[in-house]
Amino acid sequence: MANLALRSLTKSYGSTEVLHGISLDVADGEFVVFVGPSGCGKSTTLRMIAGLEETTSGIIEIGGREVNNLEPKERDIAMVFQNYAIYPHMSVKKNIAFGLRSSNMPKPDKEKRIREVAGILDMVDLLDRKPSQLSGGQRQRVAIGRAMVRDPAVFLFDEPLSNLDAQLRTQMRLEIKKLHQRVGNTIIFVTHDQVEAMTMADRIVIMKDGHIQQVGTPDEVFHSPANTFVARFIGAPSMNLLDGHLDGASVTLAGGQEVTVPALRGGGIRKVQLGVRPDDLHPGSANPIITGKVTLREPLGAETLIYVDTPSGEIIAKADGRTPPQVGETVELGADPENLHVFDVASGAALS
Amino acid sequence: MTDIAPSADTLLIAKPAPRSRNLGQIIRWLLLFIGGVAMVMPIAYMISTSLKWPHEVYNVNLIPKEPTIENYTYVLEDGRFYWWFVNSIIIATITTICNLLFDSLVGYTLCKFRFPGRQIVFIAILSTLMIPTEMLVIPWYLMSQSFGWLDSYWGIMFPGLMTAFGTFLMKQFFESVPDDFIEAARIDGLNELQIWWTVAMPLVKPALAALAIFVFLGNWTAFLWPLIVTNSVDMYTIPVGLSGFGDEADVAWELIMTGAAISTIPTLIVFLIFQRFIIRGVVMAGLKG
Repeated sequence: MANLALRSLTKSYGSTEVLHGISLDVADGEFVVFVGPSGCGKSTTLRMIAGLEETTSGIIEIGGREVNNLEPKERDIAMVFQNYAIYPHMSVKKNIAFGLRSSNMPKPDKEKRIREVAGILDMVDLLDRKPSQLSGGQRQRVAIGRAMVRDPAVFLFDEPLSNLDAQLRTQMRLEIKKLHQRVGNTIIFVTHDQVEAMTMADRIVIMKDGHIQQVGTPDEVFHSPANTFVARFIGAPSMNLLDGHLDGASVTLAGGQEVTVPALRGGGIRKVQLGVRPDDLHPGSANPIITGKVTLREPLGAETLIYVDTPSGEIIAKADGRTPPQVGETVELGADPENLHVFDVASGAALS
Repeated sequence: MTDIAPSADTLLIAKPAPRSRNLGQIIRWLLLFIGGVAMVMPIAYMISTSLKWPHEVYNVNLIPKEPTIENYTYVLEDGRFYWWFVNSIIIATITTICNLLFDSLVGYTLCKFRFPGRQIVFIAILSTLMIPTEMLVIPWYLMSQSFGWLDSYWGIMFPGLMTAFGTFLMKQFFESVPDDFIEAARIDGLNELQIWWTVAMPLVKPALAALAIFVFLGNWTAFLWPLIVTNSVDMYTIPVGLSGFGDEADVAWELIMTGAAISTIPTLIVFLIFQRFIIRGVVMAGLKG
C-alpha cells in the first residue's frame, strides 16, 4: 500500500495540451474516483500513473518515490481495464496467475495466493474455466483477481463497469467497495458515471477539459459544488440554475422574485445563477422562490418529478408521489435557504 | 363446425415457394457440382494414372483396366525420389517455421509500435508483392552465386524465409488483438518479446494456421526457383525431380503421377493439422461479453 501524488502533471499530443498541470494527493488506502465527461483527461491521467502514457511534464510519486521514468512493471501498480483484457486462451487460474509471472514467489506460495484471491472473489469453482465460459461479471472478477494477486501498492480501475448491464453494475460496485474495505489498498477508479463516483469514493476528483474542477468527499461535491460544472454534473436530475442579479445578500431572478441567500462570499452587484437541486425544490414550501406552470410529470413512486415552466426557463422540482400537481397547474416552488447556491456567471465559481 | 376464412398472413405462409426461387437453387447446386467435379477430376486422374501400366496411360478411362501398384514400388525404391522427398520436407518445413516467426514478428512490430518511418517500411514491404517472381530470380541467382549458396538448402530457401504477403496477413490479424491485452501484460511485468510470444501469438492462431498452410504448400510445389538454383539431382525438390521422369522421346506420366500422388500426402497432413486452428472469434472471447 502507498500514497500517490501528482505534481503539476501535463500531457500534450504534439502542440495540443490535453492535461493542464493537475496536482493531487491521494492518501494511503484511499479510494479516489476520477469522474468527468468524455475527453476530460481522466483516463489519460490514469494511464500516465500506470506508465502507459508518457508524462509531458510534472511528477508522479507512488509511495514517496518518483516513478516518471519507471516502466509500468516497476511502479507496483495493477490495472483493471474497461474491456477486462483477460486472455481468452488461458484458464481463469492461468489468468490470475499471470500477474505473478515475474514474481520470485515460490510455486506453492503462488498457488496459495491464487486460491486466496479466488476465494475472496468467490471464483474457486471457476478456476479451470476459459473466459468464454464466463459471464460478464465473472470476467470482470477475473480481471480484478489478476490485479489483486500481486498485492500492488495502487489499484487502477479504468471504467471497469461500463460494459456491464445495470443490475450487474450495481452488484459489482458493491463488491469492489467491499473488496476495498477488506484489502485496504489505494484505489484510483475512473468513471464517467457520477452515481458510481458518489457511491464508491472516499474522495471524488471531478475533471473537465484537462483541469480538476473540484476534489472532495461525495458529500462535499454534492452539497457544496465549487462551480456550475460540478453543480450540474453531480446529481441526477441536474441542479436547476436560474439567471439573476446579485445585490448584497439577495438575488433577484428574471421574473422579479427576490431570494435571500445566507453566507454569501463576496457581495457587490453582479450577474449570478441561483442553483437549487430538484430534490430540494418543492411545491408549497415555506420559503417560496419561483412560480410556474407544470408542463410534465415523471412519477417515481414515492415522489414525482415535475417540470415547471417559469420566467427563468424550465426547471425541475420534486413533488409528493401521492398528490402531485396536475399538468397545467400553476405551482409555487420553494426551497430551504441553506439548500440554495449562488454562482458567479462570469467565472462559474460558487459564491455561497 | 365453423368455417374460418384464412387470413392474409396464413395465405402468404401457405403459398408455395416461387418457381424462380427453386430454379435459382437448382442453378446454384449445379454450378457447385460442376466446380466440385472440376476440382476433383485432376486428382482422380492423377491417382488413376498412377495405378495404370505405361501402355494404358493415354486411355482416358478413369478406372484402370489392369490396376497395378508397380509404379509406387518403382518410385519408392528409386533412391532419387527419397532424397527429393526429404529435400522438399526440409525446405518446406524450415521455410514455414521461419515465415511464422519472422512474418509475425515484423507484422506485430508494424502493428503495435509507433516509430518514425513505420508507414514507409510497411509500404516498402507491400510493394515487393507487385514484383513477379520471374523478375526476381536473376538477382536471387546472382546473390546465391556471390555468397556460394548455389545448389544448397540455404540457396533454395533464402528468398522465401520471410514474405511480404505473410507480413501483411499477420499485421492485419494483429490489428484485432486489443491493445488492452498488451498493456495489461506490460503492467504484469512481461517484456515486449514475451508479450508477443505469450499474449499476441496465441490470439492469432487462425492466421498462423492459414499462413502455415499457404507457405508450406507454396514451397512444396515451388518449381522455378529450385530448378534454377539446384544443379545436382540429389538437391532437387519433388516438383523439379518429377519433371525429370522421362526423356526427350517419352514422358513417364504414370511415374510422374505416382510421385505427385505420394507428394500430396504431406500437404494433406499439414492441412489437417492446421485447419482445426482456423476458427475465428477466439480473440473476442476475453473481451466484453
